[in-house]
Amino acid sequence: MGIQNRESFLNNVAENLGRERRTQDVKRPEWSVNPQWDVYRDFSQDELVDVLEKQCEVIHTDFKRTNKENLVNVLAETIEGFDGNSIVAANDERNVSYGLVGLFDKLHQDGKEVHIWDPNFGNKNREFAERADVGITFSDITLAESGTVTLFNNKNNGRSISLLPRTYIAIIPKRTIVPRMTQATKQIHEANQEGHNVSSCISFITGPSNSADIEMKLIVGVHGPVNVCYVVVE
Amino acid sequence: MSIKIGNAPFESRVQDGIKNDFMRKAVSSAQGRFRSGRLVAAEELGNWEEWRTLGEEIRSHTLENLDYYLEQLSDEVSKRGGNVFFAQTAEEANEYIKEVVKKKEAKKIVKSKSMVTEEIGLNHALEEVGSEVIETDLGEWILQLDEDPPSHIVTPALHKDKGQIRETFAVKKGYDKSDRPEELALFAREQLRQEFLQADVGITGCNFAVAESGAITLVTNEGNARLATALPDTQISVMGMERIVPTWEELEVMVSLLTRAAVGQKLTSYVTSLTGTRLEDEVDGPEEFHLVILDNGRSKILGTEFQAALHCIRCASCINVCPVYRHVGGHAYGSIYPGPIGAVLSPLLDGYDDHKELPYASSLCGACTEACPVKIPLHEMLIRHRQIIVERENKAPKTEKMMMKGYAKWASSPAAYKMSTKVARPALKLWTKDESISSGPGPLKGWTDSRNFPAPSKQSFRAWYKERQKGGSYNGNPK
Repeated sequence: MGIQNRESFLNNVAENLGRERRTQDVKRPEWSVNPQWDVYRDFSQDELVDVLEKQCEVIHTDFKRTNKENLVNVLAETIEGFDGNSIVAANDERNVSYGLVGLFDKLHQDGKEVHIWDPNFGNKNREFAERADVGITFSDITLAESGTVTLFNNKNNGRSISLLPRTYIAIIPKRTIVPRMTQATKQIHEANQEGHNVSSCISFITGPSNSADIEMKLIVGVHGPVNVCYVVVE
Repeated sequence: MSIKIGNAPFESRVQDGIKNDFMRKAVSSAQGRFRSGRLVAAEELGNWEEWRTLGEEIRSHTLENLDYYLEQLSDEVSKRGGNVFFAQTAEEANEYIKEVVKKKEAKKIVKSKSMVTEEIGLNHALEEVGSEVIETDLGEWILQLDEDPPSHIVTPALHKDKGQIRETFAVKKGYDKSDRPEELALFAREQLRQEFLQADVGITGCNFAVAESGAITLVTNEGNARLATALPDTQISVMGMERIVPTWEELEVMVSLLTRAAVGQKLTSYVTSLTGTRLEDEVDGPEEFHLVILDNGRSKILGTEFQAALHCIRCASCINVCPVYRHVGGHAYGSIYPGPIGAVLSPLLDGYDDHKELPYASSLCGACTEACPVKIPLHEMLIRHRQIIVERENKAPKTEKMMMKGYAKWASSPAAYKMSTKVARPALKLWTKDESISSGPGPLKGWTDSRNFPAPSKQSFRAWYKERQKGGSYNGNPK
């Protein structure tokens, strides 16, 4: 398989553009304007949290703010609020420092099913996620303007966790909050230039799934999660 | 299906649209919502014009260097274990995809919404090899169950009401609940979730590919594109060759423009960037990935005065402000690409023969050009199309040719001109009501079938001008 028909295809493109093939030395020009960098420029971290909170109203997303000490209680309460009896979570290294390991143990003792994503279990991970009530992950970069959590999905953070359960909870460490997508894609661009492989899936998630395909009426919750809650941690 | 939809002539498609009261009401309310959504989103930014300028610069630079960026993209996809097939035509693309599907012995294929696969008629091609193809976007699924083409590129089932949708679900899928949109959507969720879990292949389009790293980005709201790419073992993505940006930094700008211009959202619920196959030990994502890059008439547009039409990011904001679309609806265009951009693109991609009326389906008000987030001069392109249709293609409508000949004769004789401006009003008196003619005689009928014609003025321009020279009503308009 590999790459097929490339030469004839691209030669034809060059010919129609009325010039020789370009295979190197194409530089992005300096754009005449860069308005994307002006949005929430110089906002403090606290001001960005406020922007995020306000945007959550627009995207039908619950917003909670807490500190590291109280996070476990807030999460337990949130899971309860969504009638969560089975929970799937990413195997994130932050699970330890944010006290999630203790939470999972407690939930387990309370008779709830808890599954931490583990590549050794293969498709069993996904089967659990399919019947789980709640999926939990951390946000890697959070975009205040649009109310978006960014996930770099990998072997410990399967795409299904934030996708298959009816409820999705994102834990947002406050320092992951940036003004908008501009700052996130700059990081990805720079990492790529430094030779780091980009994740096989980068998910920018903004609230619950929705559709306006029937008579333009907004329906919250279609194929992805129906409920979403963001928990910002100081 | 291909670019062209159905065989009914343009006039009868227009009449069908105009007589469809539900569709017209739905379209006008949708246009209002889309338009205000876009305006609010633009106003929030405060410098929307700068964003449009940036969008235009990025698109124009990328198209000027398209061969370079496509080469880079295919190298990067290949490095990440993906296969890349460059398809000159729709047939080549379909053949390749059919081969992949046959090799995988795929019985069930789930698709997320994609205009380019509509363009090449992929579903039909796949059914030929015995695979079941399931559209999973809510609107597309409704249309597929009902065997109906899309009428809008963002909300494809805009022309259907919830009663019709309930009926379709009941007849085709045994649905027995109410016509509440939430309940209908929940039913779709349950039905389609099973399809996702069983599917062998997932097929998507591509909003933007990122050349520097080989990522395919999908901009969606429902989550079906995520499911179609996370669950099946094989993923095939089809992209029009122009749907590419140089780096992640440009991706962000184009996505910001797209979601605002399309639906007034700062970002849609899901912006998903997928690169190659799943990595070692990953459970979700495909083990086999194919990217099909399609020309299908696009390269012929490069280097011509229409090149900027390839800047289009399929946001539909031109469609959402078009007064003609508002009245005739999407199906009247007879193309899967309706509205102003459809009237520009369809003849370019598919030839003038089947689409020669489309450039005339415009009042040339320029609202489309003003709305376009990447500043495509749409209405100017429509004028240029008309010029080509008349001068080079010699395909002007027959009645128009006759009228133009007559007009040339008549207008070149001052006496004839003077006489007819005098008799026009009394001659049309029978058909005139409140200074307007809604059902005119003879050659006027073609016009008044779909819109009103103003009654000729009581006073001719010449008469008014003479009077003005004599010092009559100085500021008055000819009445």
